[in-house]
Amino acid sequence: MATQCPRLSPTPVLSYCDSGASGNKSDHHQNTNSALHISQRWMPQCSGRLLALHANAGAQKKVGRLERTAATDPAGFMTLIFQVEILDSKTKEQLCFLDKVEPHSSVGDIKSLFHKSYPKWYPARQSLRLDPKGKALRDDDVLQNLPVGTSAILYFRDLGPQLGWTMVFLVEYIGPLLIYLLFYIRVPYIYNHKYTFTSSSHQVVNLACACHSFHYIKRLFETIFVHRFSNGTMPLRAILKNCAYYWGFAAWLAYYINHPLYTPPSYGETQVNYALIIFVLCEAGNFSIHWSLNSLKCEGTKCRRFPNPSKNPFTWLFFFVSCPNYTYEVGAWVGLSIMTQCVPVALFTFVGFIQMSIWAKGKHKTYNREFKDYPNLRMSILPFIL
Amino acid sequence: MASGEEDGTVEEKETNNKKRTKGAIATAWLTFYNIAMTAGWLVLAVAMARYYLQKGTHKGLYKNIARTLKFFQTFALLEVGHCAIGIVRTSVIVTGVQVCSRIFMVWFITNSIRQIQNEESVILFVVVWTITEITRYSFYTFNLLNHLPYFIKWARYNLFIVMYPLGVIGELLTIHAALPYVRRSGMYSLRLPNKYNVSFDYYYFLIIVMLSYIPLFPQLFFHMLRQRRRVLHGEIVVEKDE
Repeated sequence: MATQCPRLSPTPVLSYCDSGASGNKSDHHQNTNSALHISQRWMPQCSGRLLALHANAGAQKKVGRLERTAATDPAGFMTLIFQVEILDSKTKEQLCFLDKVEPHSSVGDIKSLFHKSYPKWYPARQSLRLDPKGKALRDDDVLQNLPVGTSAILYFRDLGPQLGWTMVFLVEYIGPLLIYLLFYIRVPYIYNHKYTFTSSSHQVVNLACACHSFHYIKRLFETIFVHRFSNGTMPLRAILKNCAYYWGFAAWLAYYINHPLYTPPSYGETQVNYALIIFVLCEAGNFSIHWSLNSLKCEGTKCRRFPNPSKNPFTWLFFFVSCPNYTYEVGAWVGLSIMTQCVPVALFTFVGFIQMSIWAKGKHKTYNREFKDYPNLRMSILPFIL
Repeated sequence: MASGEEDGTVEEKETNNKKRTKGAIATAWLTFYNIAMTAGWLVLAVAMARYYLQKGTHKGLYKNIARTLKFFQTFALLEVGHCAIGIVRTSVIVTGVQVCSRIFMVWFITNSIRQIQNEESVILFVVVWTITEITRYSFYTFNLLNHLPYFIKWARYNLFIVMYPLGVIGELLTIHAALPYVRRSGMYSLRLPNKYNVSFDYYYFLIIVMLSYIPLFPQLFFHMLRQRRRVLHGEIVVEKDE
């Protein structure tokens, strides 16, 4: 046997295994004997399966091809080769057959291959699992580490149209910003027609508009320039639900604040000024935390270190909570509620607090699990309380 | 260390004992609860039948049974608690939605809007509720006593196919009948201007409630259908084995 590994070019095993197909790829003739020998040693099911494949070729079953790099395996020519069959998880019909898959290729690679055969199912939209009712495999799972033989069967499910995180947040935040402004300038058909395009006589209404708009402009800015998102996506249905929530609530609270019959706060200027101070401090705090989270060296969701307080006084909240960004967010909305003295704003704050507490508790648990030296003093969202 | 190991097994036995007693207390309480509720709804059924047979009309029937109905329907709030603490294995949300819709009908529609109490739709949904609840609570009771007669199981998983839609029709017709009275009286409503800068119109709220039946009712109905299929499917498998 030659000591050098025969150069296996990126053609399917078909040309090697199928000894009946002569003259198929003439340039590989000199390799055929040794290659056949290899294939028969490592892929005993090969010939039977590939004869069937040959027959099926007429039936136009799609066969994916993996671009192989030259296999100069240090162990010689004994490269274990995988075959991957992809079935629809509901109908169990075969959607794709991938032969000659390298053992250390990832699920992500397989998804890219599958995408080539079915262009409308881009990788973010694919869910591949080992069992039709099981958990979806991660993109970074390696084929040879999965509990499959050399012939793997994966079940495919379409997750529906997906949107990247940046797009999701842009869409979610631009709505409330614009909707509030529409109510502020009092476009026709919302209020009594004699108030169309008038402005409120109360200073606090103008201030509330400035604060609300600043809040969402800051969020848009952070989405574009500050946050680093993983390659994850969100399904379209969830985005529609989120947008309905944010946009709907924004319309509801904007309606009352900009209403001609709006009643300014009971304690007048004092209440508005204190609330404004709370709002500004919390917005600054929220931005500081986002900035400091940005400076952590994270790869996707895995971070080497948990966030810690820095020289910035706003980050000192890290001594007491795991997710001070959520704390500051709730604080800013509390400030806005007090400033406007408006029940819908308070309700939005409350619902947001519930949701963010759930997220904060999850994050807190993850931190505690991943880092053994995680400080005990820290709570999840409210210092000493939650 | 020997003493450490001994402590371990003693603790294990204690927790097992605690679990067993907790299970026994839960079962006892649930049995009592379900028997009480079955009895309560039976009383309601008998009272309604007696009234109708004596008076020959449904007018004034609701007023006659109002207190009993309100008591037993409100008591059903405990079921949400049962799901929350885990002694009943049903989703808190599903139970919560069902109980809340019942409470809403009883307290915020028929109780507060007197003029609609003699409507036929009220009798419709009260009768439907009575039949459904008697079946349901007796099913739970017999289940807890491990002695379930087949006809109760049959009733529980088949009657709802007729009762659920009829109940929904009764409820929707009742709310619809209440609308003009709500509009006229402006009840449960808050108008602008007020210092909380919020307004609430019960009339439009009722319209939204009626519209919400469209997405919610099919979900609850198909939930019951799925349970029915699971129960009946299980029976078929057992028969084949024998």
